[in-house]
Amino acid sequence: MSVILTAVATLGAIGAGSAGILYLVSQKFKVEEDPRIQEVQDTLPAANCGGCGFPGCAAFAAACVNADSLEGLNCPVGGEVTMDRVAAILGQTATKAAKKIAVVRCSGTCEERPRLNQYDGVSNCSIAAALYGGDTGCSFGCLGLGDCEESCTFDAIHINPLTLLPEVVEDKCTACGACVRACPKDIIELRKQGPKSRRIYVSCVNKDKGAVAKKACNVACIGCSKCQQACPFEAITIENNLAYIDDDKCRLCRKCVVVCPTHSILELHFPPRKETPPAAKEEEAIANA
Amino acid sequence: MLKSFRIGGIHPKENKLSAGMAIQPIALPAQVVIPLSQHIGAPCQPIVKKGDKVKVGTLIGKSVGFVSAQIHSSVSGTVLKIDKAMDASGYKRDAVFINVEEDIWEEQIDRSEALVTECNLTAKEILEKIAAAGIVGMGGATFPTHVKLTPPPGMKAEVLIINGVECEPYLTSDHQLMMEKSDEILVGITLVMKALNVQRAIVGIENNKKDAVALFTKKVKAYPGIEVQPLKVQYPQGGEKQLIDALTGRQVPSGALPISVGAVVQNVGTLFAIYEAVQKNKPLIERVVTVTGKEVQRPCNLRARIGTPLTTLIDAAGGIPESTGKVISGGPMMGKALASIDIPVAKGTSGILIVPTLEAKRKAMKDCIRCGKCVQVCPMGLNPTLLMNLTEYEVWDRAEKNAITDCIECGSCSYTCPADRPLLDYIRLGKGKVNGIIRARKN
Amino acid sequence: MEQKLIVSPSPHVHSGDTIPKNMYAVLIALIPAFLVALYTFRLDALLITALSVLFCVGFEYLIVRYVMKKEPSILDGSAIITGVLLAFNVPSGLPIWILALGALFAIGVVKLTFGGLGNNIFNPAIAGRIFLLISFPAQMTNWPSTAMAVETTDAVSSATVLGLLKQAPEALPNLQQMFLGLEPGSLGEMSAAALLLGLVYLLCKRVITWHIPVSILVTVALFTGILFLIDPLPLYNPLIHLFSGGLMLGAIFMATDYVTSPLTKKGMIIFGAGIGFVTVAIRLWGAYPEGISFAILLMNAFTPLINTYTTPKRFGEAVKHG
Repeated sequence: MSVILTAVATLGAIGAGSAGILYLVSQKFKVEEDPRIQEVQDTLPAANCGGCGFPGCAAFAAACVNADSLEGLNCPVGGEVTMDRVAAILGQTATKAAKKIAVVRCSGTCEERPRLNQYDGVSNCSIAAALYGGDTGCSFGCLGLGDCEESCTFDAIHINPLTLLPEVVEDKCTACGACVRACPKDIIELRKQGPKSRRIYVSCVNKDKGAVAKKACNVACIGCSKCQQACPFEAITIENNLAYIDDDKCRLCRKCVVVCPTHSILELHFPPRKETPPAAKEEEAIANA
Repeated sequence: MLKSFRIGGIHPKENKLSAGMAIQPIALPAQVVIPLSQHIGAPCQPIVKKGDKVKVGTLIGKSVGFVSAQIHSSVSGTVLKIDKAMDASGYKRDAVFINVEEDIWEEQIDRSEALVTECNLTAKEILEKIAAAGIVGMGGATFPTHVKLTPPPGMKAEVLIINGVECEPYLTSDHQLMMEKSDEILVGITLVMKALNVQRAIVGIENNKKDAVALFTKKVKAYPGIEVQPLKVQYPQGGEKQLIDALTGRQVPSGALPISVGAVVQNVGTLFAIYEAVQKNKPLIERVVTVTGKEVQRPCNLRARIGTPLTTLIDAAGGIPESTGKVISGGPMMGKALASIDIPVAKGTSGILIVPTLEAKRKAMKDCIRCGKCVQVCPMGLNPTLLMNLTEYEVWDRAEKNAITDCIECGSCSYTCPADRPLLDYIRLGKGKVNGIIRARKN
Repeated sequence: MEQKLIVSPSPHVHSGDTIPKNMYAVLIALIPAFLVALYTFRLDALLITALSVLFCVGFEYLIVRYVMKKEPSILDGSAIITGVLLAFNVPSGLPIWILALGALFAIGVVKLTFGGLGNNIFNPAIAGRIFLLISFPAQMTNWPSTAMAVETTDAVSSATVLGLLKQAPEALPNLQQMFLGLEPGSLGEMSAAALLLGLVYLLCKRVITWHIPVSILVTVALFTGILFLIDPLPLYNPLIHLFSGGLMLGAIFMATDYVTSPLTKKGMIIFGAGIGFVTVAIRLWGAYPEGISFAILLMNAFTPLINTYTTPKRFGEAVKHG
């Protein structure tokens, strides 16, 4: 019996002693931190994705608390709702940023862009891009090896096995920018999501001369500048044989989409156009020639 | 005991199918495409335009900056255009397209075969002629030679090392050049010794080229200061740092240049080009290329003008075999697999290796079994399996601490791995990323 | 030429070395020891080894296919080696159901729960042996006498050399008998000579390097040798320690397991020294007569630490020679 008592007493004493030491140490070495940082952090989505530009939610929270204003500070994952809450805690006003979404600027599927050789290396876009321009005639286009899919923490981008191109899942994408950084060919861009998720963009990054680009891919941008001429808002610039639509100036009028001879400009989530009867189309064509 | 480098190394099958094949010239093509970037450093600026007439040896591209090399026309004819063309880099880059008309050379070039041993130029004048001729490292690295032969302030060369090793399997262009042009190469060596102001030169030759060892041992007797050292047949004996270790016992420290241990290494092909440049006023416009492969009809060593399409060379060797899987520019260890054979011969094209389909595909990779064989063979004393892991998980600070930037990309690790892991692919990626981080830190 | 060119990064040639080649080389190296076991224990040796291999391969196939839902790669040889080494670590008269349990533990728990070949921290065969030793101490220390070579039907169990070392040193057999393998013990630890033949084969085939086995044996010899010089008891005799028990088997075949041993030469020597030290410590002052199994298991746990803190000899660190 005494053995049991001694054992219990000894272990109990060691336990209590250790607890005491731990308490004292935690008090002595405690880091004084502004309690608002924790409050702000609690409103954040805790994805630690880096989309805000800071390494993790804790760092973003600290940056918000220590900043004079919330200008330039935005959590793309939490969006307006989160930034409003943060603003409320800090007594500031949240800046309204337009919701953005990742856009893949390449439509070179296996059908449109024939494969000319077999890539047998590691399935990694950065490694393949260091080796050569890819297994098609377009050195700029998507390699389809999935670095973007690997980098996404929201399961929002996947390589379609039939087209070998990445596709963005709209309701999951938070525009954190991870896929943009992962793509070695700068094919993915963060663009404004647009009202009713409508956007127009040039789905090509090929800078070769028109004839070369078209030979490699049916839907390449050939830099013919018809879109630039058609745009009433001066939103389109042509540089290095490639057209680019500035989404601040674009008013989604869709005029450029119609005139593009290679169907390189894509319009998403628009209602279908009214079909013009073939006779009228022919008249239009003759009139324009 | 033959000398050799002290850490790591492998011994792949030598397959010197084209050994002993005399260097043959090939017919001029109808058009040459001369890339404006055939060297390490900034690409050249073209100084010709569409319609200009050029002769063999006419300057067509001016170097930009100090680390750069000039480019000359390798044919006579009319400039068709300056446009983007696919080259061995895997991307389209600017090149000069010239339609070939006859074979007229610039007047100052001495086309005779007579050996010229006398040289009354100063060291500075020799370097200027080398720069003017656009000479770059012909072993494949294509580093501008006049830059290499200009030690940074405070450093001095003590010994010139001549790389006659050709440790890559299949390639024989250097071997054949050593057998046929030994006198010219030796004169080239004396010129470089004068340019560097060194009294000692060592010619390193792998012991699988016994005839070259014998020939050079006999000939250097006439040249005090030059010695010949046969070396153990091991890869990568011809790697610059490994060669210096084998011949002088000094190991170039991490991040330093060979000149910091007093050594300058030059390939025998470069030395031959230097001889032609200084003694014959001939700029770098052609080189010896080995065309080889197990199914190639006539493995051979061809002398080709820069800009000749590879198809011309492959046709001279019997045409591209039916069973071709890969076409490699260079050797099987460090050469670059090509996506198309419609690319031109460049200054660094040491060989064309055609690999049959059955041997061309990689096996599926398995998990690392921690056997440590990659660590044993790495000639730079690195831990390849660790570096691959660190790259996959993007742990750049540990990768830097584990000297990922020391990797010479020789491929011994991937060659050895029993689990078929693509070690070098990832290490190359990691090396690029860490170098980028280091550059950004310095700015 | 019709088909498309294949493009991949360098190198474009491979040594042809594969995982199965290395594993099967180890199996070939174990043949001399197996032949000694066959000679000594006859049918029992064959039965135990064959069943152990069957259990190990079988469990690996079943677990990988039906539990982990992946493609099994039983022909890579690693499960076969675990089976053989487990068999070599047990007495020849071990009940089959205990052997099966050992195989299940070794493959299922020690190898596959950690992720399969390449990912396990502990040597499966050693861990399996220890599991059996602790769970079934009586059956695992029941050593049938080698007098079975004489045609007797009732096998008499007798003590192993290490057992004698602690309890009755006067009854020790002579060194030559121990070296050649005519003494009681588990299937594989009998003949130092046969095992050393295997070592030579492995070194020639470049399957392993000399660092681990030599480091272990030298440490054991040194440690016991120093003690022997101070007090020449048979208990401290270095030669007896080198040739008895599972030391040779452990040093050559178990400690050199790729997955659980360090990658660098420096690391291997530290690893081997640690094993040698712990083995002798347990043999001399521990409760068990044999220490090599526990020593290897303990040092396996240190392998990741050793790997982190040892680097290979870097190029550029060498001092100029000549």
